[in-house]
Amino acid sequence: MATLAHGTPEIAAEEPVNYLNVEHGWKSWLFTTDHKRIAVLYLISITLMFFVGGFMAVLFRINLLEPEGIFSAETYNRLFSMHGIVMVFFFLVPSIPATLANFLIPIMIGAKDLAFPRINLLSWYIYVVGAILTMYAVVRGGVDTGWTFYAPYSSTFSNSYVLAAAFGVFTAGFSSILTGLNFIVTVHKMRAPGMTWSRLPLFVWSNYATGLIQVLGTPVLAIVLLLLAFERIAHVGIFDPNIGGDPILFQHLFWFYSHPAVYIMILPGMGVISEIVSCFSRKRVFGYNFVAFSSMAIAVLSFVVWGHHMFITGESVYTGLAFSFLSFMVAVPSAIKVFNWTATMYKGSVSFDTPMLYAFGFIGLFTIGGLTGLFLATLATDVATHGTYFVVAHFHYVMVGGMVMAFLGGIHFWWPKMTGRMYSEAWSKFAALIVFIGFNLTFFPQFILGYMGMPRRYHAYPPEFQALNVLSSAGASVLGVGYIIPMIYLLWSLKYGPKAGPNPWGAAGLEWQTQSPPTTFNFDETPIVTEEAYNYGPLEEVIG
Amino acid sequence: MAETVIPVGQEPTAEETHLRHHFATPAQQMDAATLGMWTFLITEVLFFGGMFAAYAIYRGMYMDAFASTSEFMNVVLGGTNTAVLICSSLTMALGVRAAQLSNRKQLQLFLVLTMIFGTIFLVIKGFEYHAKWVEHLVPGFNFHYPIPQFERHAQILFFLYFCMTGMHALHMIVGLGLLSYLLIQATRKVFSATYYAPVEMIGLYWHFVDIVWIFLFPLLYLIGHRK
Amino acid sequence: MLANLLPLFADLPLFPPVASKQAGQIDDLYWFLVAVSAIMTAVIFIGVVGFAFKYRRRANAHPTQIEGSTVLELTWSILPFLVMLVMFWWGAELFFQAQNPPKDAMEVFVTGKQWMWKVQYPDGTREIDALHVPVGQPVKLTMASEDVIHSFSIPAFRVRHDVVPGHYDNLWFTPTKPGKYHLFCTEYCGNQHAGMVGWVYAMEPREYTKWASGGGGEGSLADQGEALFQQNGCSTCHLLDQQGRCPMLRGIYNKPVQLADGRTVTADDAYLRESILDPNAKIVSGFEPNIMPNFKGQLSEENVIQLIAYIKSLSPNTPASQQAGGAPPPITPSKGARAASAANAAGGATSGQVKQ
Repeated sequence: MATLAHGTPEIAAEEPVNYLNVEHGWKSWLFTTDHKRIAVLYLISITLMFFVGGFMAVLFRINLLEPEGIFSAETYNRLFSMHGIVMVFFFLVPSIPATLANFLIPIMIGAKDLAFPRINLLSWYIYVVGAILTMYAVVRGGVDTGWTFYAPYSSTFSNSYVLAAAFGVFTAGFSSILTGLNFIVTVHKMRAPGMTWSRLPLFVWSNYATGLIQVLGTPVLAIVLLLLAFERIAHVGIFDPNIGGDPILFQHLFWFYSHPAVYIMILPGMGVISEIVSCFSRKRVFGYNFVAFSSMAIAVLSFVVWGHHMFITGESVYTGLAFSFLSFMVAVPSAIKVFNWTATMYKGSVSFDTPMLYAFGFIGLFTIGGLTGLFLATLATDVATHGTYFVVAHFHYVMVGGMVMAFLGGIHFWWPKMTGRMYSEAWSKFAALIVFIGFNLTFFPQFILGYMGMPRRYHAYPPEFQALNVLSSAGASVLGVGYIIPMIYLLWSLKYGPKAGPNPWGAAGLEWQTQSPPTTFNFDETPIVTEEAYNYGPLEEVIG
Repeated sequence: MAETVIPVGQEPTAEETHLRHHFATPAQQMDAATLGMWTFLITEVLFFGGMFAAYAIYRGMYMDAFASTSEFMNVVLGGTNTAVLICSSLTMALGVRAAQLSNRKQLQLFLVLTMIFGTIFLVIKGFEYHAKWVEHLVPGFNFHYPIPQFERHAQILFFLYFCMTGMHALHMIVGLGLLSYLLIQATRKVFSATYYAPVEMIGLYWHFVDIVWIFLFPLLYLIGHRK
Repeated sequence: MLANLLPLFADLPLFPPVASKQAGQIDDLYWFLVAVSAIMTAVIFIGVVGFAFKYRRRANAHPTQIEGSTVLELTWSILPFLVMLVMFWWGAELFFQAQNPPKDAMEVFVTGKQWMWKVQYPDGTREIDALHVPVGQPVKLTMASEDVIHSFSIPAFRVRHDVVPGHYDNLWFTPTKPGKYHLFCTEYCGNQHAGMVGWVYAMEPREYTKWASGGGGEGSLADQGEALFQQNGCSTCHLLDQQGRCPMLRGIYNKPVQLADGRTVTADDAYLRESILDPNAKIVSGFEPNIMPNFKGQLSEENVIQLIAYIKSLSPNTPASQQAGGAPPPITPSKGARAASAANAAGGATSGQVKQ
């Protein structure tokens, strides 16, 4: 794919020297500016947070086995709130961008590093500070506002550690902004010669779009949390209805970030799926331009749909109409992607390696997640399902069925590149299957529960809902096992896995041209790109 | 991004341009820094934008109460501060020019002047905050508004006043820290015509913070004087 | 363990009761959405599984490289969008309908408070965490919150609305099937959020009338309001038949009011509520500010509802004070009001037992 330019080889291309073994000791990690090492630091941190959040989910699913609940309401409320906060802000938002994209974007575009390596490291430290603040809130007794921090409950009424948690999220937001800023500048300014915009891998496109949302949306979250914190400290403020403030304004500002934020969470996953489907079908991505364009369309449209979280707050009917319509608009580019992935397999040469299994899972579950989103974009059915388990099921289909599947698929796809080792094929396929089954068992019953009216965030519920809740909790335990198995065989592979070689999947893409694991500066010489992405062979057929 | 390798010899050395290892050319490095700074400033616009949005909404709802607060804002001090900040922007711009011309003495002079103006601004702001405390205009802590019919809604404005000017002042303090860093670096003879990116970037930041004030001043001090 | 669980699945409800006019309409739309989703999922599933199997590597070692197809792209962008337009339109139409309660709707007042629902009927009956409504009669709820945001939800009726502190929220429904249905709070409101539940009893009109005649020993809502009006000294400035220091309230309900700042507003529930709790917010033209004390924190939302009912009763011919067919006919508001004003004129004695 790439021919090498003349230049100065900076590190001898000996197989053993790579970014992992070039230096040793904790200092070489904590003070590194190598995007690949920072990606590894992030990977460790977000995995930890994932299991913290997951553990809370296990606990509250246990609580929901009995209609009257097993723990106290106080405990339950703190569990689901911390689950949401940890999973959204400390796992989903940074999951793919800060790990896989951090590792891969410079390599994919033929650069030595991100544009601002020190800012990249800074973003990790900021993330850690945010995580510590939030964990402090957990240790002191937790926060019970839900991840949405709605005023005036959070500003005036809650007796939990709202300030610590809000400052934790506030802080983590800056880490997200810096990551997005780094990606935008890197994609604009650091591309290797010949790497035109139309040759960018779709993973880069989707992360570029994500970067735009991070940079434009996150500061609004920061300011709204800050205003909330001041209001909590001063016991009066702009969301306080007692002095004529409007608590709905909090929701407007909050969702101005938090709706685009769900696209921060899903867009990178879509990028991963484009890479995987193309590689394991040995085929160019069908309609490259449309897939790339749809990422940008999602980024833009994501900023004008926030009002669909407020259909039943009493906002004007016409506001509701506009937001409903725009929410349907944003469904179109998502649909384009799903159709194009499917079409990519047409006349391909499809293999069923583990990453591809996750991609299948993603396409199926994201389709269901996206379609059930239409129920919530439709005004009348939103009224019937708002605030119920239907919403919970919908966003878990997108966020867990979609994003976590994509994250695991991406980890399995690029693990040989990141570590130079292969993992157990049999175990990984088994785990993918378990995750898929466990996921559906957990969340499908929640659609039914939701339409029957079971509200979210209830620590106790009417007895007729028990059967489906028991099913859901059973599924959660299966899902938990499905997440632990990869931890074991992936860690095992670090020491015992067979050597992977530079390109175990026979994939196209610059990252597969360099050694596994790559050297500190990724390439011995700056590559010159002469071809499209996904060049698995010459074009043979044109439809339509 | 077209050319990758520059012929070594004709151009300043990597040491002179402070070229970091992962950039191919100083021009690429400068481009990246500029784009990065502008992107960061867009983030800042959105950050303040949240508060401006809240201001706009409540001003629409409670116009009279908001207008009545102008009586309690010190327009003279606010106006002085506006002038001080505009001067500081001028000295900052002159500082960037001095760096581009490799004029170290001038650069130091203008950086010091900018910092003096910045400090004057903060001191004046401090006096204003103190006056608000004395006049019982700090919502939540000691608020007693002399015009009873506006007591409730005026609190919203004063809450916004403290949030907006407070965040602005915090940005000024950060700016002063950055300027001190520039001054130290300038004294160490780091900047020259071949390398002045930090001066220019921090200059952009400083101008941004000034511009925020240019919006804050009329919105917070002059609403009532509109009539 | 497993054997213990089996009975759970013996009688497993999978769909909520359909107990209001709205429920049937929303269900139709819901099933349409389910059908579209099922078809789309099937198409994608068949595509993915079909292609994956047909073009598996063992069967098709050599992929055929294809650029893409603009025609196909446009097809699968525009067609789904057209289907979505149907969803949008259909959903919007039902939503519009949900915003406009019929004129003959019976009015019930609901106050959300951590963690209970307080219900007030025009005849003065009060309930907590229970709502009785007659079948076949449109019911309009006017809801307020004392503290945080709550959300009032009756799944069997497919209705839900947030109850946001600081103003009134409304929803309406027409029950169609007698029965006992869940009432939930669906906006997280703190510790006992899950305890903020209750029951809605939809009753045959005759049974409802019987139930309604049983309660309400404190007089009608308007009577309770009048008592408050006296207790709080409102009547010293708001004189009933002439302008005092404060505006006269007779006949103002739902009428335009000229404000001091030149605007004109309608004296509806929202305006009256604001003017009671924060009198300075909108000063009527020709009156001074700062005369009336702030009742924020002095009066509960329930009290405000009572006061508004009283003010309404001073404007006999407004539609909102009419009582609907199935509702209990507690008093004729005009009569009650006149009796009250007579009592007032006679010496300011509090009344409260004007109920017939």
